[in-house]
Amino acid sequence: MHTATPTIDETIDNGVNVGALLEAREALAQAQAPEAARFTWRAHCDWVGGTHSRIAVEDFHGLGETQHHQSGFTFAVDHPAVFAAADHGPTPVEYVLIGLAGCLTAGIAAVAQHRGIQLRSIRARVEGDMDIQGILGMDPEVRNGFDDVRVTYEIDADASRAEIEALVAQSQKRSAVYDLLTNPTRVRVALA
Amino acid sequence: MIPRASRPPHRPARAVTVLVIGAGHAGLAMGHHLARRGIDHALLEQGEVAHAWRHQRWDSLRLLTPNWQCRLPGQAYAGPDPEGFMGKTELIAFLDDYARGLASPIHTGTRVTALRTDDNGYRVETDRGSWRCRAVVIATGATQLPVIPALAAALPPWITQSSALTYRRPEQLPPGGVLVVGASASGVQLADELRRSGRPVTLAVGEHLRLPRRYRGRDIQWWLEHAGLLDQRFDEVEDLARARRRPSPQLVGGPAPRDLDLNALSAKGVRLVGRLVGLDGSRLQFAGSLAMHAASADLKLGRLLDQLDAWALAHGWHDALPAPERPAPTRLPAHPCLGLDLADGEIQTVLWATGFRPDFSWLRVPVLDARGRLKHHGGVVAPGLYVLGLPFLRRRKSGVIHGAADDARELGDHLAAWLAHGHHWESLRQHPNATRFA
Repeated sequence: MHTATPTIDETIDNGVNVGALLEAREALAQAQAPEAARFTWRAHCDWVGGTHSRIAVEDFHGLGETQHHQSGFTFAVDHPAVFAAADHGPTPVEYVLIGLAGCLTAGIAAVAQHRGIQLRSIRARVEGDMDIQGILGMDPEVRNGFDDVRVTYEIDADASRAEIEALVAQSQKRSAVYDLLTNPTRVRVALA
Repeated sequence: MIPRASRPPHRPARAVTVLVIGAGHAGLAMGHHLARRGIDHALLEQGEVAHAWRHQRWDSLRLLTPNWQCRLPGQAYAGPDPEGFMGKTELIAFLDDYARGLASPIHTGTRVTALRTDDNGYRVETDRGSWRCRAVVIATGATQLPVIPALAAALPPWITQSSALTYRRPEQLPPGGVLVVGASASGVQLADELRRSGRPVTLAVGEHLRLPRRYRGRDIQWWLEHAGLLDQRFDEVEDLARARRRPSPQLVGGPAPRDLDLNALSAKGVRLVGRLVGLDGSRLQFAGSLAMHAASADLKLGRLLDQLDAWALAHGWHDALPAPERPAPTRLPAHPCLGLDLADGEIQTVLWATGFRPDFSWLRVPVLDARGRLKHHGGVVAPGLYVLGLPFLRRRKSGVIHGAADDARELGDHLAAWLAHGHHWESLRQHPNATRFA
């Protein structure tokens, strides 16, 4: 592969090590070992009671071996009082919004770094609309999940509006969670 | 080494210095340069000159490039309509005429079945005997096979399927609605033609390139050519693999210049949906990313027009041309359709306009990558083995007719040096993307 190495502007710092990411990409391309690029992400869920569960994330598989987060993370999942629940944590669908916002925003920072754009602030409002007649089984015509998801960004950066719009567009193009929400995915749920 | 037994004993291999495989525009352009240099050569063509244009294109197709831009080495367009767009018949006549003026021997009706290395070069097997040569130029084209997603095999049996290679005209399809998959040049043109024939048309849209036919009173190709974008070289772009994958722009040629973007199509009643991404029983699933792809195409178009305006300003064209303008953003349905059940009966035909790929199955040399793509460095595949006529082979214009001239000249130079210096191969030492046979 004949790949020109983009020059990284040392004066731009969004805290993303784009050089390392590009090196990793190049290494994967040279390695001729597609398995190294296969990652498996995992989480472990324990039911606490009611609609309250606790979910732990510790390790994942990638680059041919098990990898560990620097420390484990746990997340409470529950439902709010309007669902007659104790509200020990965000709802599962809010975690989906968290994932989408985190993924797109990380993408914006990385793409901005790669394009030599200094960011000062990024804020996003993420909303998903849902008709709960679906999950309550009231109307088979209504789907369970979101029927509309909106992400609105406010970005302050040393760039024109068109350049910032291009950052937002490119982050969608390379986002795993955006892809997960916009495309069907095979999901298998089984008893161990 | 070829086992002796495989050679037909009654018909010894013919010998020539250079074989060019394919007599379309690229092969003919190479023929011109080899003849000019006095290099002994022959062209092998499976059918007739311009075979693909005779047998693999729909009836109404016109070139995306205006007539003035249709030129081959030593031949410019000399007809009465430089701003017009050639249809198939005119283009076939143009290429026939060019072939007649060449000094190159053209062996038509000769299908190549295998290419192998040989003691002193290559051996090419055809359905009409074998050839031995020192060098080979592959000019068989970039669009021999349709790229069709795997889910095509699982579509319900009552659905008629066709592709941009097999489709000819609307009447060929059964009555009823058509889903056109793909919104590059082929897809938008077929959606437009089928909608005009009175059918309900749904267009599945993924990543695409939006271009206006004319900008500030000039054809967009005039702009791209004069601003130097078409001459951008393969060793100048940051991500060549991506540049080579770029979809063809949403353009159409015709008697009256017109835009054929998503706005033009939806104004005619074509329903826009996202990329076709799944099939659940008989239910087609479309991606929810239509807005992203449309916004991305609008942004890229805006950047291109900014660049063209800056060029016009810097090169004295600004005052001579109408003022800059920007096309309206792509309009999309408020609630794009995410799924369609084929059992509903609205859609009777699925027309795949999901791209093309070349057919290199006859290459018996290790020059393909893990995904079956030909590895080459600017058209140099291996010592004495070249390819022409692929997208962004050496320049942005490499994939279109007028792009063949510069590529054929430069690869002809390289080929002549290779013949003169035998196995001296210094020019490629640094390029792992060309193959060096052990």
